[in-house]
Amino acid sequence: MSDDAILKVTQLRKTFDSRSGFLGRKAKVHALDGISFEVKAGEAYGLVGESGCGKSTAGRALLRLIEPDSGEVEFKGQSVTSASKRHLRELRRHIQIIFQDPYASLNPKQLVGDLLAEPLKVHKIVTDAEIPERVASLLTSVGLPAEAATKYPHEFSGGQRQRIGIARALALESEFIVADEAVSALDVSIQAQILLLLQKLQAERNLSFLFITHDLGVLRYFCQRGSVMYLGRLVESGPTRDMLDRPLHPYTRMLREASPSPDPKTARATVKVAGEVPSPLDPPQGCHFHPRCPKAMPHCREVYPEMREVEPGRHVACHLHDPSVMGEQVEGV
Amino acid sequence: MGNTNSLIGMSVFLLIVIAALLAPIFATHDPVQQNILFRLQGPSAEHWMGTDAVGRDIYSRILYGARISLIIGLVSVGLAMIVGTAMGVLAGYYGGKIDQLVTQITDVLLAFPSLILGLMIVAILGPTMPNLIIAIALTTVPQFARVARAPTLSLRERDFIQAGRALGYSDLRIMYRHVLPNIFPEVLVMGSLWLATAIRVEASLAFIGLGVRPPTPTWGGMIRDGFKNILDSPWLAIFPSLAILILVFALNMLGDGLRDTVDPRLKGEK
Repeated sequence: MSDDAILKVTQLRKTFDSRSGFLGRKAKVHALDGISFEVKAGEAYGLVGESGCGKSTAGRALLRLIEPDSGEVEFKGQSVTSASKRHLRELRRHIQIIFQDPYASLNPKQLVGDLLAEPLKVHKIVTDAEIPERVASLLTSVGLPAEAATKYPHEFSGGQRQRIGIARALALESEFIVADEAVSALDVSIQAQILLLLQKLQAERNLSFLFITHDLGVLRYFCQRGSVMYLGRLVESGPTRDMLDRPLHPYTRMLREASPSPDPKTARATVKVAGEVPSPLDPPQGCHFHPRCPKAMPHCREVYPEMREVEPGRHVACHLHDPSVMGEQVEGV
Repeated sequence: MGNTNSLIGMSVFLLIVIAALLAPIFATHDPVQQNILFRLQGPSAEHWMGTDAVGRDIYSRILYGARISLIIGLVSVGLAMIVGTAMGVLAGYYGGKIDQLVTQITDVLLAFPSLILGLMIVAILGPTMPNLIIAIALTTVPQFARVARAPTLSLRERDFIQAGRALGYSDLRIMYRHVLPNIFPEVLVMGSLWLATAIRVEASLAFIGLGVRPPTPTWGGMIRDGFKNILDSPWLAIFPSLAILILVFALNMLGDGLRDTVDPRLKGEK
């Protein structure tokens, strides 16, 4: 659609085989059931949803750390999904990932300096003589002392380790970063520091982000636009402020009501979070959300609603916003 | 506790290695020099551990025999460690067909007790040092393949391996630089434990007559020779047996101690 998109994801699908016990019934989990979105250059795009909805699979599938079954990922007009092994390695220079668990994402047997020097060597970003200097500048750019290079990851705290992970993602001068729950494992005070750091880096280096999170506060703070995901599908997309202030999809509304507000005067939960996420092995017929939806209609049990643009820049997959289903009654839910 | 054990085991092992290396200095006699006049003598000031049926000095033969045991043990376990670890890492990292193949080879080899498999191979190829090394290495390879495969399987899913892939590292680099250093302690522990087994298998093969050919002294061969005179001159068999016992025990202590250090969960379990 728009020309300024740096990353374009079209109808991405991934199913996992699952077998319950020996001789158990074979089943397919639709982790990604045809999701599409695009991220503009310099933008932070959010992907929000409950655990198990497939948002991490989405992040990894677009880097092909998990091979998607079908669909298309385009980075700056080049196809990632159909790239050869060699081309993919080249493309990966431009797209990096920051992981959730800062304890699992750094090789415990590697000095921090070596861990940051390795990508520089592999891709010959700088000459060998310049490597120590570059490592030091990477460390200072994420707010760590240059001496950190001579230590092992276990000598650092979670927040510091996450900074090392960020420095590693920056080593290749990538333009696009997938942040997979990058702050979820950290204390709230540290979360703020890391978010500030990411914002600073985004401004300095004109980075684009796919920011995967389950925290609406973080989403609102960090992302300009985003999508809400439910059981492998996107249910609502648009500017984050509009989405959170005036949710169109009942699920977005439920998520918002469930997340705490910093203002004690705000009335709490008018819509109760009902039920649990159904098993992705056996998603409900029709709209996946209808068993938990307070406004479910008979039609919702039968037909999955398509994603439609209902306001400029705002898309939602819900029959309540489809005039052909609702007749005259379309309303702000 | 683990540290004291491995320290004692390590010291004894190193002492034996030094003794074997410096055998020409420590030996009191030529280990193959026969002297029929002094045959079957008990331990004395001249012959510390006595002499055998053709009058060779047992103490000197044990020193030289240590060389054979250690060379065959170390080289075969070293080979098995390299080949087995490579197989296990490849299987664990790639999964699928490669994993199936490696697992099947491993299972077949594991179905034979190491002595039986070693016996078969040496019987077919002939009892020379290189053949013994190949035979013992082959019986030990699946152990290392197993030990390397399991942690590789779980490491493969770890984020830092995924980060390596995202950074465009080759599979070989990821396996060598990121998987291997993280499984190496476990492989090393296995190495010290299987070194003990390898030395035992070599001695057993020599005992049943499939060792390095005489007159080269081997511990297993000495026990075999001494067995004929076990009733009137028991020291012929006892001293080389003790040598094997001490070396194998030291290696097991070393391995157990190392394992406790590497895997703290096993600490205290006996």
